[in-house]
Amino acid sequence: MSDVKNILLVGVGGQGTILVGKILSNGLLAAGFDVKMSEVHGMAQRGGSVSNQVRYGKEVFSPIIDKGQADILVAFETMEAVRWSPFLKKGGQMVVNDYRIPSAPILTGQADYPEGLLEALKAKADTTVIKAGDMAEALGNPKAMNIVLFGALVKKMQLSDIDWPSQIRDNVKPAFVDLNLKAFQAGQAAV
Amino acid sequence: MKKLLTGNEAIALGAIEAGVVYAGAYPGTPSTEILEILGTHKRAEIVAEWAPNEKVALESAIGASIAGGRALAAMKHVGVNVAADPLMSFAYSGANGGLVLISADDPGLHSSQNEQDNRQYAKFAKMPMLEPADSQEAKDMVRAALEISEQFQRPVMLRTTTRINHSKSIVEFGDITKHPKKPYEKAYRFDLVPAISKRLHYELEDWLVKLAEYSETTPLNYIQWNGKKIGIVAAGAAYQYAREVFGTKASYLKIGFSYPLPLKKIKAFAEQVDALYVIEELEPFMEEQIRAAGITCVGKDKIPNTDELSPTVVARALLGVEPDMVEVEAEAVGRPPTLCAGCPHRGFFYQLGKLKDVVIAGDIGCYGLGGAPPLNAKDLCICMGSGPSVAHGLQETFDFFGENKRVFGVIGDSTFFHTGMNSLLQIAYNKSPVVTCILDNRITAMTGHQENPGSGFTLQGDPVNIVEIGPVVRAFGIQHVRTVNPLNQAAMKETLAWALALNEPSVIITRWPCALKKYSEADKKEFGDHFHQCVVDAEACVGCRTCVRTGCPALRFDKTAKKTRIEPSQCVGCEICLQVCPKQAISAAGKGSK
Ligand SMILES: Cc1ncc(C[n+]2csc(CCOP(=O)(O)OP(=O)(O)O)c2C)c(N)n1
Repeated sequence: MSDVKNILLVGVGGQGTILVGKILSNGLLAAGFDVKMSEVHGMAQRGGSVSNQVRYGKEVFSPIIDKGQADILVAFETMEAVRWSPFLKKGGQMVVNDYRIPSAPILTGQADYPEGLLEALKAKADTTVIKAGDMAEALGNPKAMNIVLFGALVKKMQLSDIDWPSQIRDNVKPAFVDLNLKAFQAGQAAV
Repeated sequence: MKKLLTGNEAIALGAIEAGVVYAGAYPGTPSTEILEILGTHKRAEIVAEWAPNEKVALESAIGASIAGGRALAAMKHVGVNVAADPLMSFAYSGANGGLVLISADDPGLHSSQNEQDNRQYAKFAKMPMLEPADSQEAKDMVRAALEISEQFQRPVMLRTTTRINHSKSIVEFGDITKHPKKPYEKAYRFDLVPAISKRLHYELEDWLVKLAEYSETTPLNYIQWNGKKIGIVAAGAAYQYAREVFGTKASYLKIGFSYPLPLKKIKAFAEQVDALYVIEELEPFMEEQIRAAGITCVGKDKIPNTDELSPTVVARALLGVEPDMVEVEAEAVGRPPTLCAGCPHRGFFYQLGKLKDVVIAGDIGCYGLGGAPPLNAKDLCICMGSGPSVAHGLQETFDFFGENKRVFGVIGDSTFFHTGMNSLLQIAYNKSPVVTCILDNRITAMTGHQENPGSGFTLQGDPVNIVEIGPVVRAFGIQHVRTVNPLNQAAMKETLAWALALNEPSVIITRWPCALKKYSEADKKEFGDHFHQCVVDAEACVGCRTCVRTGCPALRFDKTAKKTRIEPSQCVGCEICLQVCPKQAISAAGKGSK
């Protein structure tokens, strides 16, 4: 129907989905697209499940991505990929970080972190798994995991033509620019 | 210049461009960032202030308007309840300098205690209302609202919803216009005594007739023709969802000026289409008025009035189509929000939760999480400021029936200053043995760390006198007041026992900063700027999980090894786990600084 593309970033409060959403949407804007982005504030930031939704195309109406609509779902945490999987479009792609953050019921021993999630995801969707945490750690800072995932996303969505390095420079502290540029390259190379 | 802005950023920009000189608010999701952004400007450009509560914020904005300046007050939907008293009456007086009230509603309850539809307030107070559908409109409508406010001498409501406040879309920057101050004139309409208000009510009805005419002609309400089969009337986020679902298969009457509605325009539009759909989130606000005007339409007979809308909900309701989803055969464990590692509220609730025959009336703030597992302490919570006063009513009733229960009222520092002081006054005045606990974490934490009268700074960063809670409470005549560090478990336990032994009003102030707070110099002096991270001695750990029952997210219980481990990236050294461990298996060996 429309040419609008939907990118859904999901994770846990504090994982840096907001920064990726910001770099992504500013880059798309600079490339001439109409863009809308939604993010979650408030209560959910206290260790809850968070999403950042970016929609772009010629003309975008709804600011939110609905069930069955995401062209790509990038999960910064493994269990979140499962939680948000109903939002993936049939035939859409997933990039999943093989990285676990146990939630409160798991921490207190009321539940176990479920096993076999990556297999279950692969069985139903075009899923690429990367270990962004390990990759960022190898580059010197595990926090750059979000930009590793961003690199993978850009490659998968065939958005490599946009000048992302300058967007990264504009949006991260000077001391972290080099690290994040390397993380971005590593993420692109990983998929 | 073009930029992606959230609705809130756009509203703040709109206020600056349109020459607002006074902006006041009390924080509340999804409205908070409007004033946070305005607060980054210098006082020479705009006076931007946190008020103790929404009523006060609106009243000060009313003062600014009467003085002749352009004024803005911002609040979340339930904040308008608090501000309803001045609102309903100022609607009679009317504005001098333009006054815009931002009401940020929260359909879907992303961060709220109810999902009331504040469009009703516009009709109730008989004030004009604008509803933006994206950030550009949010910015432009601030200026439009101020102009309408001045032209018709009315306060104007700019009603947004979470999806408008918190999503980004493209905004074209405009020029900043220095708007000249209107002269202050002593006028009868600002002095609401019965004889004057009676007359003002007649005048208000005349203004409404003029506003209804304006609504018919303003470009804020416009038609997009695509065909004559389906015509859609929609405003705000619902308009975007309608466009998403119906695309060019329907024509739209896009409503930007939504009270009074352009009923003639709607009627003419309805007559030209085969079917009229009124697509709106929450209540049938437009639909009821449209039906009352004798226009047939489809609306809440199909579209739910609960929860927020989305393209899926609209498509399901009106087209009967379901989304085509991927179904993964696995289940994710829930991820509820939790008190942060090192949160001072944890030490308080851990001890309070152990008491028997008590009822805990909580209040709104991060400490609302004190009712969730594993702490399971708090019983109830109604609205901001209600903790102590609801506790009072509970206690009076238990006592009346001779039921052996003690009631605790639990409230945060910001909420105490908001409306909690009045609630405590109730206890002080009518003398119930309620134990009021004021959780002073030195900041307004829940909404993202806004300053308040007790934190020592204004919104625009000026250091100010710290209002101390202890002296305020004592001034009410409450004799039994203690301040305790909630991280100190022995002291916390002893203090609760002290209060329970009293048969008179008592107050416990727990005083320790929010674990995420950026310490001020005063904080560093009072609380120190170093902490010791905790570590578990695996040999000594017997796997009893007592530490885990504090609910600290830095603790990891390994089911196979039957040992607790502490995640160093999360531990901020509150030492609660260390104190509750029955085997002394935890020590504070690591180092960290604020
Ligand atoms: C009438 C009203 N205004 C604003 C809010 C938004 N709100 C919820 S909690 C909160 C702040 C609570 O701060 P405090 O009492 O200091 O507790 P803390 O979160 O710091 O523990 C605010 C502003 C609300 N829910 N209701």
